Amino acid sequence: MRVGVVTFPGSNCDYDAYAAFRHVLDYPVEFLWHGDADLHNVDCVILPGGFAFGDYLRAGAIARFSPVMRSVIAFAETGGLVWGICNGFQVLLEAGLLPGAMRRNASMRFACQWVRIKVESTQTPFLLGCRKGQILRMPIAHAEGNYFADEDVLDELEDSGRVVLRYVRADGTPDPRANPNGSRRNIAGIINAQGNVLGMMPHPERAVERILGSDDGLAMFHSLVGAGVVASGVPTQTVKPVERRAQV
Amino acid sequence: MSDPTITPALIADHGLSVEEFDKIKSILGREPTYAELGVFSVMWSEHCSYKNSIVLLKTLPREGSCMLAKAGEENAGVVDWGNGLAVVFKIESHNHPSAVEPYQGAATGVGGILRDIFTMGARPIAVLDSLRFGDPNNPRVRYLVDGVVRGVGDYGNCFGVPNIGGETIFEEAYTGNPLVNAMAIGIVRTDKIAKAAASLTGAPVMIIGSKTGRDGIHGATFASEELSEKSEGRRPQVQIGDPFTEKLLLEATLEMIDADLLVGIQDMGAAGITCSCSETAFRGGKGIHIDTARVPVRELGMTPYEILLSESQERMLAIVRPGCQGDVERICQKWQLEAAPIGVVTDSGRFTVDHDGKRQVDIPADSLALGGRVPQYKRAERRPEYLDQLAAFDPLTLPVPNDCGEALKRLLASPNLADKTWVYRQYDQSVRTGTAVGPGMDAGVVRIRKTNTALAAVIDGNGRYCYLNPRRGAQVAVAEAARNLVCVGARPLAVTNCLNFGNPHKPEMYYQFAECVRGMGDACRAFGTPVTGGNVSFYNEDPSRAVFPTPTIGMIGKIEDLALITTADFKEAGDGVALVGATKNELGGSEYLKVIHNAVAGSVPALEFEAELRVQRFVANAIRSGWIRSAHDCSDGGLAVTLFESCLGPDDRLWGLDADLSSGNGNLRPDALLFGEIQSRIVISFELDARERLQAAAASDGVPFWFLGRVASHDRFRLHPYIDESIGGLRAAHLNAFPALMDEVKAATAA
Amino acid sequence: MMVTGTVTVRLKPGVLDPQGQAIRRALEQMGFESVHNVRTGRTFEIQLDAPDPASAHGRLTEMSQKLLANPVVETFSVEVKS
Repeated sequence: MRVGVVTFPGSNCDYDAYAAFRHVLDYPVEFLWHGDADLHNVDCVILPGGFAFGDYLRAGAIARFSPVMRSVIAFAETGGLVWGICNGFQVLLEAGLLPGAMRRNASMRFACQWVRIKVESTQTPFLLGCRKGQILRMPIAHAEGNYFADEDVLDELEDSGRVVLRYVRADGTPDPRANPNGSRRNIAGIINAQGNVLGMMPHPERAVERILGSDDGLAMFHSLVGAGVVASGVPTQTVKPVERRAQV
Repeated sequence: MSDPTITPALIADHGLSVEEFDKIKSILGREPTYAELGVFSVMWSEHCSYKNSIVLLKTLPREGSCMLAKAGEENAGVVDWGNGLAVVFKIESHNHPSAVEPYQGAATGVGGILRDIFTMGARPIAVLDSLRFGDPNNPRVRYLVDGVVRGVGDYGNCFGVPNIGGETIFEEAYTGNPLVNAMAIGIVRTDKIAKAAASLTGAPVMIIGSKTGRDGIHGATFASEELSEKSEGRRPQVQIGDPFTEKLLLEATLEMIDADLLVGIQDMGAAGITCSCSETAFRGGKGIHIDTARVPVRELGMTPYEILLSESQERMLAIVRPGCQGDVERICQKWQLEAAPIGVVTDSGRFTVDHDGKRQVDIPADSLALGGRVPQYKRAERRPEYLDQLAAFDPLTLPVPNDCGEALKRLLASPNLADKTWVYRQYDQSVRTGTAVGPGMDAGVVRIRKTNTALAAVIDGNGRYCYLNPRRGAQVAVAEAARNLVCVGARPLAVTNCLNFGNPHKPEMYYQFAECVRGMGDACRAFGTPVTGGNVSFYNEDPSRAVFPTPTIGMIGKIEDLALITTADFKEAGDGVALVGATKNELGGSEYLKVIHNAVAGSVPALEFEAELRVQRFVANAIRSGWIRSAHDCSDGGLAVTLFESCLGPDDRLWGLDADLSSGNGNLRPDALLFGEIQSRIVISFELDARERLQAAAASDGVPFWFLGRVASHDRFRLHPYIDESIGGLRAAHLNAFPALMDEVKAATAA
Repeated sequence: MMVTGTVTVRLKPGVLDPQGQAIRRALEQMGFESVHNVRTGRTFEIQLDAPDPASAHGRLTEMSQKLLANPVVETFSVEVKS
């Protein structure tokens, strides 16, 4: 499967996502430019973290109109895999590929901290390799990650198993103390109805090596790389086993 | 619109003395124009010229085997890293702007230091910040803290550089004049280091980045005077930061350097176009001619004076290789940045400026640039009388607390020792996926990609010690920085410094400054860490007082193998815990004296370089040999606080401790033993079977080694016979104190 | 009486508005080439009790000076409807 990471002006986690594939998994990956509508035949588009267009107006509001996003929207509608992380999640919401909106964190402050998220469903290629109920530890780093949607929309998301990641405590309880930003129902990540679009606020690409404090995020990268066969229908390149090495 | 007439009052308003004005006339051989007066005013301000400090700064050790560029030669120090890489790092203050507009002042401070790094072709990989404020019980101080922390955070977060460490200190002396010092570190391939020199006659000169507005006109002069009631009125000078544009400027700059399109490049900070043109011309041994009418401006009707002196942020001066102008424009267009040719490199040796066909400025470049003919002064020194009075205070006459556990709890909840997660949670610590050790530890550590090495960095100052004993205080600051680096497994390499002082025209202030520089020199020579550059900030005074003399030390070190990265926290129950280094009856200048006895007095703890080096070498060897599992510098708050901090594991894990302090402490007072800030000490933990090896090595190295006890999995923090507290209770006091204080802050006004 | 006031806070003329700049560039790229400049601001709708519109205006001005606007970089205007 071919993976592309979009660079918007102001993206600053594009290289981190790239590095998770290239340097940690030793898996091919390329950059896609915001001004270029050509997706270069990738099977999965990653919308990375950062401050696309400065996050001015609203996070993701301007990025959503980039030429590349026109293609990404069409790509997602035909079943292409799209993974929005942090700012990328905000872009997906603004683009209407996922329901809801982001508000400023309840603390009204930027929050960079370790969180635990529980895998509530594995019905998406991004979480296929995880266990339902599995708890992953990774950082968040955002000022606008307070997920909001109407009760009806939330109920529908829950009923259809589309709330796939939730902030929890170490024992798995999703209570207010585990909620770092005020998100409704402790929601950390959701998918679209088909499961090919995932938006999440935490940063799995920052949890791919022990030296960074956690390698729990690898489970998601492995899921995706393994999902290549299903998604594109072509054989995936053999993935090297992850070495638990302390460096790249 | 005609220029104002140059009167003695106008000259004084420009911060120039009568003698300096005479010197200007003799350099020019005529009266200066209004624009020239402005140019001299900013270039001869302390901020750009170092006129009151350079004589002393030259006494600092600047040579070392690791150095690729000497201090002052480039925008920042350059250290050879091996693997064909170099590390570029520097520290800078933004005290005065932060005092009047904390959010933008702090944000643009971070922006400025980042530009200093990437203008050399280096990609910033980390920032650190050192912040000093007044008493946080004062609402105005909390407003400053809130704005500064947001400003530091928002700028770095958007730019995409991790904050890996720092300090937030509270002391009444900083009430009206906070200190905001930011340090940035970047990495560059040695063959891609860019020069800040206009060394090729005929090369086009371009301005890149944001448009030029009226912001910050005379910021450099503003930074070089005391804060007063009038400063409030000067508020419109404060610049607005745009980290998004800075991020684009970073990418565009690195792309242009990588494509070898540039002869030289310099960021525009203080004194904007004027400083970047005259300095690059001087360094290149050339002249620069520009036309201010060609500078893209944000507002109509800007005069040459305003354009030359504007401190609009996120701009670069690029000296372009002939024929490459189109490529430069293409890259800037890609990153949505302005790029305009404004002039050319000449061989006149002069900085000349035209506007609408009229000559505005014609000045020899060497009379403007640091290292050229700018005035240099050595000011009068007088030892302040308070020094002897305060040193005469004997803390050992104070009563020992009845309940040392209670005293510890109060210390842990005091603003300087309390947990500062509230601060650094607002900073992105993990972007760039290199952070191995983040804020709140002895030093920050970032891994250097594609190598097996990591860079450790620390920022450290101690205004209180320097106030009580400037020379020793500065020595201690350097020693502590080096010790911090050793504790994380690094070898100290080099130093950058930010010198925050009062008015140098006051002999007592100048004495403090001179003594601190001497102390820093002593220590840097002892530790073999050259001073690669830095920043001087004078006039840190408000109407009622000067700040404590505060040299802030930024030090970097190298970790040769990622396996050697060591942290302060205990790792296993049952492990042994020991104190390396000698303990004495010293309490002077300590947090304990201030918090428990409300005294800022006494003798600053003694520091003996040889003993310090022995302790550092012993711990470095123990780490390299794999004998120890944690190392933590024993300093602020003393042994009890240090041991407590080592009980805090990652992910909210708490360790218990069973330590016996009843033996081997000689005739120490319990409070000196528990809370004295005796130097040259490190707390380590280790698997029990390493104890004998460690003890034997310590004996042969001549290093005192005191086995204190063992890490426990229970909830007690026991320092027998003085303290037996619940670790959870202590941690709650430590963790909740600062947020409780700050949550009283009203909604911030910043954007 | 209950009065509704609207306070509009804008950056002072001449102060850099990074947000406005980014929005202008985006509009331009979306085909709104006629846009020369964008300046951003915030509005606050405030309901308060006041004896008359004039004194409400005074109170709102005071609030703006003290809290709603940052006098370093922003100006404001107050409008009162009763």
